[in-house]
Amino acid sequence: MSADDGDAGPADIVTEVTGTGVPVRGNDIDTDQIIPARFLKVVTFDGLGQFAFFDVRFDDEDNPKEHPFNEEQFQGASVLAVNANFGCGSSREHAPQALMRWGIDAIVGESFAEIFAGNCLALGIPTVTASQEDVEALQDFIDQNPDAEVEVDVVEEEVRYGDTVVDATVDDAQKRALVEGVWDTTALMGANADTVKETAASLPYTNV
Amino acid sequence: MSEGTLYDKVWDRHEVTELPTGQTQLFVGLHLVHEVTSPQAFGMLEERGLDVAYPERTHATVDHIVPTADQSRPYSDDAAEEMMSELERNVRDAGIEFDDPTTGRQGIVHVVGPEQGLTQPGMTIVCGDSHTATHGAFGALAFGIGTSQIRDVLATGCIAMEKQKVRRIEVTGELDEGVTPKDVILTVIRRLGTDGGVGYVYEYGGEAIQDMDMAGRMSICNMSIEGGARAGYVNPDETTYEYLEGRDRVPEGEAFEELKAYWESVASDADAEYDDVVTIDGSELEPVVTWGTTPGQGIGISEEIPAPEDLPADKADSARAAQEHMDVEPGDTMDGYEVDVAFLGSCTNARLPDLREAAEVVKGREVHEDVRGLVVPGSQRVKAAAEAEGLDEVFKDAGFEWRGAGCSMCLGMNEDQLVGDERCASSSNRNFVGRQGSKDGRTVLMSPPMVAAAAVTGEVTDVRDLERFEEVRA
Repeated sequence: MSADDGDAGPADIVTEVTGTGVPVRGNDIDTDQIIPARFLKVVTFDGLGQFAFFDVRFDDEDNPKEHPFNEEQFQGASVLAVNANFGCGSSREHAPQALMRWGIDAIVGESFAEIFAGNCLALGIPTVTASQEDVEALQDFIDQNPDAEVEVDVVEEEVRYGDTVVDATVDDAQKRALVEGVWDTTALMGANADTVKETAASLPYTNV
Repeated sequence: MSEGTLYDKVWDRHEVTELPTGQTQLFVGLHLVHEVTSPQAFGMLEERGLDVAYPERTHATVDHIVPTADQSRPYSDDAAEEMMSELERNVRDAGIEFDDPTTGRQGIVHVVGPEQGLTQPGMTIVCGDSHTATHGAFGALAFGIGTSQIRDVLATGCIAMEKQKVRRIEVTGELDEGVTPKDVILTVIRRLGTDGGVGYVYEYGGEAIQDMDMAGRMSICNMSIEGGARAGYVNPDETTYEYLEGRDRVPEGEAFEELKAYWESVASDADAEYDDVVTIDGSELEPVVTWGTTPGQGIGISEEIPAPEDLPADKADSARAAQEHMDVEPGDTMDGYEVDVAFLGSCTNARLPDLREAAEVVKGREVHEDVRGLVVPGSQRVKAAAEAEGLDEVFKDAGFEWRGAGCSMCLGMNEDQLVGDERCASSSNRNFVGRQGSKDGRTVLMSPPMVAAAAVTGEVTDVRDLERFEEVRA
């Protein structure tokens, strides 16, 4: 999967994502933090990567502040490690789009808000969950070993780094979609157009 | 697994087939569209050479970026003008009905759907907006979706979903004078947590919910997502049917009766089974305000702000950061917290009854000299109806600005934003850092009457302490 900004086409099958990590700590990190609303005034997703976490990364004069996304050692990272209820708030797909265009290909966290996880899946980004203890250990490891690879294995439901293997969880539908490469739901559902018409016709409110 | 609930019934009626992903393909009865989350989806359709499958089941409005002061075109903000033009082009090409501001129907998507009768019980409703759960107040199954899913719905009239669990939230008793639906939902989120609803759909019921008008039920369902639940609903009843009868998109006469039979049939059975049941005593509630930077960080107006170390370990750090941002101290109450701005608006609380309740508090009083007061009706129709009752005069006489319809300062995508570290008493739904347009801005969520009370006193105030309530008690 390419992480270059502007080349955001997802791969067909995502069984594993391997790359260096970047930890972003804190519970309830909402989509307004991931991408502030003023950057949503766009008609494409191109170029959103630079605005990821903008208000916590830059001060009023746009000077960089202390934030993992600004730190030299995390540039080029593709595995994001987060805590609980990551991505809560608005449904804006701009949030995972911004992360993806910054370079993120997989996210490991304690838990995710549902709409956010669904948006990630639509982009082929696994959102893998693990226990609080395991996630915090992973974040610490990444801090100490920013150049080390972290493997997010969707098939085996594991996250591997150093000598550690973490038991992780991948939601069933997400796993099937990523592993079998059947997450182009537009094509999948478009093939059932006739059945859709029957379902629509069977509803009392469609005939009035 | 739940059985016999409205969720189960509406899900079954809309199920098309099971997909190879294990998800269900669900037919979408109403797709609401706005300018912020749709342009990329229309772009994706164009790239693939696909048409909109069900334009007649799709309805558009413009809300997030519209200015609420000077609405003449072109908008002074070029980016806003571009988004508006893009939406106009997309809906015209696809043949989608569009409530543009010249129609007199424009407004926040979650206000215009219900008020035109587009939103009906037993429907599946989606929109690229997390507050779509609002429509659940009618007994519809309504949820927010992302842009790639908007593409799915535009192209196929369907959405791919996994079935969720159902939690019944029973709100017993009667709400006290001065206590509103907003206080109920802030209590739900506080008790169950901002992620307590993940994996669940919330069914709200019980005496307090039954007694509520549709606006109140909408306020509650609206903020389901703030509790982590993607959808929330109330079973349809006579209050629902009375609200719907006579609205633009609701058929009359025999056709109405036929539809009503369907609506009644989808309500949860008396012996329905739920995955979880939570009971909240509505009669014990007082007005609730937030002290922090998530909607779960709320307290009753007379309660003390908690010390971070007294909270569960996983909540302590965020509480500490929130208290620093908000400039509040544990042990204090929020009563007396000075505010610079009072914002009355948003898809949570900008319907006619909300404005009436706030106006009742404002009447005969003046906005505090240090406060900027803003009333942003939820739609052009709400605005017109309020003006017909003279509510605009009440607000203007008191010193409020009376604006055009839109999302406005709920998320600050237009010119209506907090400046610097201003503090805002807000009837909106999110107190996230930066939410209202300034990253140093501070938001205190509360009900419309509480916003009105804060506007006139210049600080967070128990609305029940104001004269109106003293008179009622006497």
